[in-house]
Amino acid sequence: MNTPLVRQQPLREYTRIHGLGAYRPELVVTNDDICQWIDSSDEWIRQRTGIVTRHRAPREVSVVDMAEHASREALAAAGIDAAQLGAVLVSTVTHPHVTPSAAAQLADRLGATPAAAYDISAACAGYCYGIAQADALVHAGTAEYVLVVGVEKLSDFIDNADRTISFLLGDGAGAAVVGPAGSAGIGPSVWGSDGSKHEAIRMTRSLLDVRDYALSPATSDGVSNGENTIPADLWPTMLQDGPTVFRWAVWEMAKVAQRALDIAGITADQLVAFVPHQANIRIIDEMVKQLKMPEHVAVARDIVDAGNTSAASIPLAMHRLLKEQPQLSGGLALQIGFGAGLVFGAQVVVLP
Amino acid sequence: MASNEEILAGLAEIVNEETGLAPESVEMDKSFTDDLDIDSISMMTIVVNAEEKFGVRIPDEEVKNLKTVGDAVSFIASAQA
Repeated sequence: MNTPLVRQQPLREYTRIHGLGAYRPELVVTNDDICQWIDSSDEWIRQRTGIVTRHRAPREVSVVDMAEHASREALAAAGIDAAQLGAVLVSTVTHPHVTPSAAAQLADRLGATPAAAYDISAACAGYCYGIAQADALVHAGTAEYVLVVGVEKLSDFIDNADRTISFLLGDGAGAAVVGPAGSAGIGPSVWGSDGSKHEAIRMTRSLLDVRDYALSPATSDGVSNGENTIPADLWPTMLQDGPTVFRWAVWEMAKVAQRALDIAGITADQLVAFVPHQANIRIIDEMVKQLKMPEHVAVARDIVDAGNTSAASIPLAMHRLLKEQPQLSGGLALQIGFGAGLVFGAQVVVLP
Repeated sequence: MASNEEILAGLAEIVNEETGLAPESVEMDKSFTDDLDIDSISMMTIVVNAEEKFGVRIPDEEVKNLKTVGDAVSFIASAQA
């Protein structure tokens, strides 16, 4: 059989991050605010987590709104018009619609239609998953420029009385434009998952439980449901097994971070910055120790003011680092995200 | 294989490094949380360092049962046996 030849996209050799953008909601929640809901103190929260404040968005501000703010800044920083985007990837676990995606709306708002658009559900590893995909798409010639957004409105899925994770969490958005480059700008991605630990960070219940309750009879008095009582915590919120996650995050993720360095042919002393997911300052400090990070490497500690913003934390922290230390631009940073799934992703990148 | 005294001394060293507590305050009957004021995150750091030092595996679900220093010493001793 004489099969006609299919033309395949030529590969592009190099990719890089061309620009970053960030959005931090105005409302600042202090530890004293948190202590209205849990029996704790500012000192206890600082000691255990390093967090002093976290930002949270009001009801009228959506995931797509926050993503749009960060994306416009990233596009401007990259000097790229939205029409040049071949794909828009939004990493989030807090867009409150099963479908359609936040990415399609975002692409349209930005003027990127008809760019390919989809959401990535990889929790705190979402941004690194997005960079892995964007890098591959640009490499393969599937898209020329790709917008990667990490955005979360975690405040919609917390229980203020929960002591396991809710008090850590904040809202925000970070965005990056990935595109072709004249030299290597994104090292190979080390990414993966371990679903055997899917309960280590989880929701209190599924949406089906909420539906079953809402559709069941005898809820008109708002309290009783036949023989059941409406659980005060009917709405699904997040929970974690802190010590298990801590152990995995530090000792397993330090190995992943080291692999990302090794596979990129880079040693820790060649880095200018280390930007780990901002989960807890004690995880960050312990990872720095495990990786024997030299003193000259700037370590992102945005968590102090921003809390844990899941998929948004790495681009927010990197954006801030570059704002405060612009001389780091052009240097190498190691970024690593890890979280619910459990999932992880890491790369060495050239800072835009 | 280390004796209980050696395990206790090694554990005291690890606790001292993580918390700054004097090694001699780490005694067999002391509770990690109530007496030594060690939180769950520090406990995990101690556990991982103890695994490395004594060449044993202490699973997450076992950590909850290690209430006192003595519990940890016996667990490590039996895991080494």
